[in-house]
Amino acid sequence: MEVIYITIGVSIIVAVLFFLAFIKSVKSGQYEDTYTPSVRMLFDDELVKPTKEKENK
Amino acid sequence: MEKEQFYYDNKIVKMFLWATILWGVVGMLVGLLVAFLFVAPGLLEFAGSDNAISWLSFGRLRPLHTNAVIFAFVGNGAFMGIYYSTQRLLKARMLSDLLSRIHFWGWQLIIVAAAITLPLGLSSSKEYAELEWPIDIWVVLIWVVFGINLIGTILKRRQRHIYVAIWFYIATFVTIAVLYIFNNLALPVSGFKSYSVYAGVQDALIQWWYGHNAVAFFLTTPILGLMYYFVPKIANRPVYSYRLSIIHFWTLIFLYIWAGPHHLLYTALPEWAQNLGTVFSIMLIFPSWGGMINGLLTLRGVWDKVRETPELKFFVVAITGYGMSTFEGPMLSFKNLNAIGHYTDWIIGHVHIGTLSWNGFMIAGIVYWLATKLWKTELYSKKLANTHFLIGTIGILFYAIPLYIAGFTQAFMWNEFNPDGTLVYGNFLDTVTSIIPMYWMRAIGGTLYLVGFIIMAYNIVMTAKIGSTVEDELAEAAPLKIISSGRAAGEPIHSWLERRTVLFTILTTIAILVGTLVEIVPMMLVESNVKTIESVKPYSPLELEGRDLYIREGCNNCHSQMIRPFRSEVARYSDNDPELYSKAGEFIYDRPFLWGSRRTGPDVHRLGGKYNDNWHFNHMLDPRSTSPGSIMPRYTWLIKNTLNASGIEAKLEGLASLGHPYSEEEIANARQSIATQAAGIVENLRQDPEFVKNYGDQNMQEREIVALIAYLQRLGTDIKAGRTAQN
Repeated sequence: MEVIYITIGVSIIVAVLFFLAFIKSVKSGQYEDTYTPSVRMLFDDELVKPTKEKENK
Repeated sequence: MEKEQFYYDNKIVKMFLWATILWGVVGMLVGLLVAFLFVAPGLLEFAGSDNAISWLSFGRLRPLHTNAVIFAFVGNGAFMGIYYSTQRLLKARMLSDLLSRIHFWGWQLIIVAAAITLPLGLSSSKEYAELEWPIDIWVVLIWVVFGINLIGTILKRRQRHIYVAIWFYIATFVTIAVLYIFNNLALPVSGFKSYSVYAGVQDALIQWWYGHNAVAFFLTTPILGLMYYFVPKIANRPVYSYRLSIIHFWTLIFLYIWAGPHHLLYTALPEWAQNLGTVFSIMLIFPSWGGMINGLLTLRGVWDKVRETPELKFFVVAITGYGMSTFEGPMLSFKNLNAIGHYTDWIIGHVHIGTLSWNGFMIAGIVYWLATKLWKTELYSKKLANTHFLIGTIGILFYAIPLYIAGFTQAFMWNEFNPDGTLVYGNFLDTVTSIIPMYWMRAIGGTLYLVGFIIMAYNIVMTAKIGSTVEDELAEAAPLKIISSGRAAGEPIHSWLERRTVLFTILTTIAILVGTLVEIVPMMLVESNVKTIESVKPYSPLELEGRDLYIREGCNNCHSQMIRPFRSEVARYSDNDPELYSKAGEFIYDRPFLWGSRRTGPDVHRLGGKYNDNWHFNHMLDPRSTSPGSIMPRYTWLIKNTLNASGIEAKLEGLASLGHPYSEEEIANARQSIATQAAGIVENLRQDPEFVKNYGDQNMQEREIVALIAYLQRLGTDIKAGRTAQN
């Protein structure tokens, strides 16, 4: 049943990777604001009619 | 700060959208076909019943269905949503158009390769990882391309904050890469044949560690990311709780990866490993339901909108289905419920609640909405979308509910004893024929679902026709302020270095994982602490060829090889001998393991010696001649095909290098051994005058059927041989 040590080992490695990502994201301030991101994503950046200027010319 | 103008790549989203629709139709069509094979086993015998078509048999089509719907339909659907939302959330075009195109075409090539090789029987038999090694390597390469493209885009983003959806995409990339590589480690012995580096119990454990996480990180996390983007976006409401979404993400990915062993409860897997899997599986209900609640409550206050927006209707049913299947999952991980549900159609129902509603309906909702965005128009017909929703929902219910009933019915019939201690339904077939009506209803449910999907395909084609295409969509946003001191913004060397560092880190991580593996695996293989059983010997060359035929035909899709230590199971499969449940030590020469996950037919682990060779011959020729009412396909080609044993030396050498005790002499004499053993079986077959009459003048000892019979007659007999010797 040695393979279980591999799977547990890999599981731990993956978990550690995620944990490091978590620490890093907390430190870089990803979670300081838990409201703005949820609203920000609702806004579009697309300039809806990009060809309009050309038409005017 | 000065705003920058840039373009979103809409074309790649559109390409994935069409691929999603195309492969959705194909994958579901194959699914429907196999559903009808349950009620009409001769359905696809176009060339006459004596001439069954090998590549249209259930055992080969079922992997095609699962691979097509998982990797082709849901895969393309997830990429579609990921490529659309990632660009918008990060306010940046994808890192490289070239990588996007390589990802797209590379992925389609994998699908085409799967659609060719799986019906040809080129399969490793491990569920959802059936593809053989050359395709596996290709999959990994394309997956890495996707990962570089995704992470590269994150690095050049214009939005400092990484929205939760992106976290889910990153987790998908990282975890699938690790799981896929580890589960598919195999030793190639020819162009499309390999043997797993793990054997028996170990192979089973690693397969379900992968298998469950394929569900978790291919069918769940990417779709959750999409949920966190598209549900708020389409409802135009912020997600119910952003804080909850963060907790949801981190707990879910941490817990999921441990849950695999719940697929192996009561098997020969060590008990502590089973318990570990059970505990984590039960805990999983918390993040799962947190996510479901977060998704549904996002729609609070806009339920009037749900009535009018077909996309949101799809989402509501999808998220409810997610809640259903993530409730069932932990429940099925309780050992007492698992004892009932495992190997029955309950599992098939459970899976399809997840896939048809959660995956299928999430993707449908996203496709409808994206069509309006990509073609800058209203949907061609809202009415048709509503029809799709209605038919699809009824289809899901018609699919799942009959299978729940079928599962319970069959489980209870398997376990029912007479007062005198004999099984009430001693003939396995009674437990099959009694659920045929449920199979009919399931096929009808599947038909409804597919009809709904085709209506969507039509609707999208028409929408594309009336709309206008914007392949590169202009957008503007301020660039990120570089926080680190020293370098000025936009300094190319700095950004190049930064990018390089992260890439370097990723590559190092992969290297570490692979390196660890290369060192650990051989070490682990030397000393095995699976309890060895002295009388268990490696397969003879002919049996090995027979076993590879068993794998080629996908017999494991319907027959398990794992008798659990229950009275009802040893009574049915092991001559009522309470000691003869399946033991770990019996599988040490099984590469890959063939325990199966569903008993559409009976378990075959102790099949050896149960029937004579003629029975097997006639059963393969026409299962209904020996077992009236059987729904097994005919395997007439096994009787006509000549066995190709030209690779036997390479196979034996490969297995020897993995630790199977084949001597050099045995390998050198393999063909002689095959001829001798085959002649013996043909001698047995000739005792039946019918056989002599029909096949007496043919060269039968060289046919594939003989190898398969050799394997089937060997199954589970070693342990009995050991006991006879002891007595």
